[in-house]
Amino acid sequence: MTAVFSVQNARKTYNRRTVLDVPELTIHAGEVFTLVGPSGAGKSTLLRLLALLETPSTGTVRYHAPAGPVTHDSATIEDRRQLAMVFQRPALLSRSVYHNVAYGLRVRGSRNGHQRITTALERVAMQPLAGQNPQQLSGGEMQRVAVARALVLEPRVLLLDEPTANLDPTNVRIIEDLITEQNRDFGTTIVLVTHNIFQARRLATRVALLIEGRIVENSPTEVFFDDPTDPRTRAFVSGDLIY
Amino acid sequence: MQTIIEAIAQAIQLILTLDPVVVEIAGRTLLVTSIALSISMVVGVPAGAWLAVARVPGKKLFTAFIYTGMGMPPVVAGLAVYLLLSRAGPLGDLGWLFTIRAMVVAQVIIATPLVVGVTMSAVLAVEPALFFQLRALGATRLQARLAVLYEARVGVIVGLVAGFGSIISEVGAVMLVGGNIDGSTRVLTTAIVLETRKGNFDLALALGIILLGLSFMANLGMALGQGRLQHL
Repeated sequence: MTAVFSVQNARKTYNRRTVLDVPELTIHAGEVFTLVGPSGAGKSTLLRLLALLETPSTGTVRYHAPAGPVTHDSATIEDRRQLAMVFQRPALLSRSVYHNVAYGLRVRGSRNGHQRITTALERVAMQPLAGQNPQQLSGGEMQRVAVARALVLEPRVLLLDEPTANLDPTNVRIIEDLITEQNRDFGTTIVLVTHNIFQARRLATRVALLIEGRIVENSPTEVFFDDPTDPRTRAFVSGDLIY
Repeated sequence: MQTIIEAIAQAIQLILTLDPVVVEIAGRTLLVTSIALSISMVVGVPAGAWLAVARVPGKKLFTAFIYTGMGMPPVVAGLAVYLLLSRAGPLGDLGWLFTIRAMVVAQVIIATPLVVGVTMSAVLAVEPALFFQLRALGATRLQARLAVLYEARVGVIVGLVAGFGSIISEVGAVMLVGGNIDGSTRVLTTAIVLETRKGNFDLALALGIILLGLSFMANLGMALGQGRLQHL
């Protein structure tokens, strides 16, 4: 299996407080790798490190680009453009839905993206609202736009930070179907952060549980839910409070 | 009341007949103000945007200076420029005192802190995660910064409007460094002071009405531009 990310002895410290401490982690091409855990466990921090948006305080986080492994400091803009991340809160530009989805293509200098933008909008069922301003959209619609503007880039890796948090079941279903489709039909590697263990079970090929910045379980989905090695994982999947 | 009515009538007459002296003074007013505002915009907008996101030592101190500059009495700015450009001053050799250049320098010093301060606040008000979200979509740092600045466009225009208002209506600084020389550095505000001192209240008031009219037209233009940008 080809590694897409490898993490070695990565620590992230904010104001002398260690929020993440991962001795070793490898994410492989074609996986739907899901990070679960309680709030404040370091899931989003790990995702930002993988997206090369931040550097670890110590240790290394490598993205294995086709041309060779790179880190936050050595990655070129072309390396970074193989990754796309969707944030928990859809930070949209105060311009039309169409313009938001076009943004990533425009910064790449692409001038012939109309068909791709239209297709991406259709995939998230937002084509009829292409001319709307995000202020006129519901939370679910905004999140679908945020997903569309990542999908339109046809990234090698899609990183999703709680993409369905606070959404109604219809919007959750639309976004989950897109994640599955993107992985199955396009081979896109997905790294998903969620606090919803049911969603992890539906989507993931591998699940890792983060507690207080440390990965306490990292297993294929069936093992994670049916035969976990760590008692905290057993408690977590049973719905017990572990924090 | 009689004076006000006469002043309005005279203002209308001066405008309709395109009185050459009034046209010259109004033209100079707009010229000085627009050059000063353009320089303040070129310097102040990037500086405000940078200050909003920069993590450098002394940032808070610098911000405090900017806020102080926003409330600085224009006549103090005028005095500083006067001392700099006076014959014995460090920049006296330039020979700019009592010229339009000196007036522009004084107005730039008055307007720039306003443009910087309001731009900084506007950029800070943009969703903090937007910069990283745009980077995560493949934008370079510069592309993401420009997009964030564009998101703050309405606030940036408010800063320009505030800067414009502060200098077109300003009298102390331009009087000090320009000297209110007829046919050379006289602008609407200094002309109003002069005519008031001469007892020509109706002409002074007429010039005041023209000044208000010019200010209104310029602000209307910026407000229309702001509305258009908002709906892009």
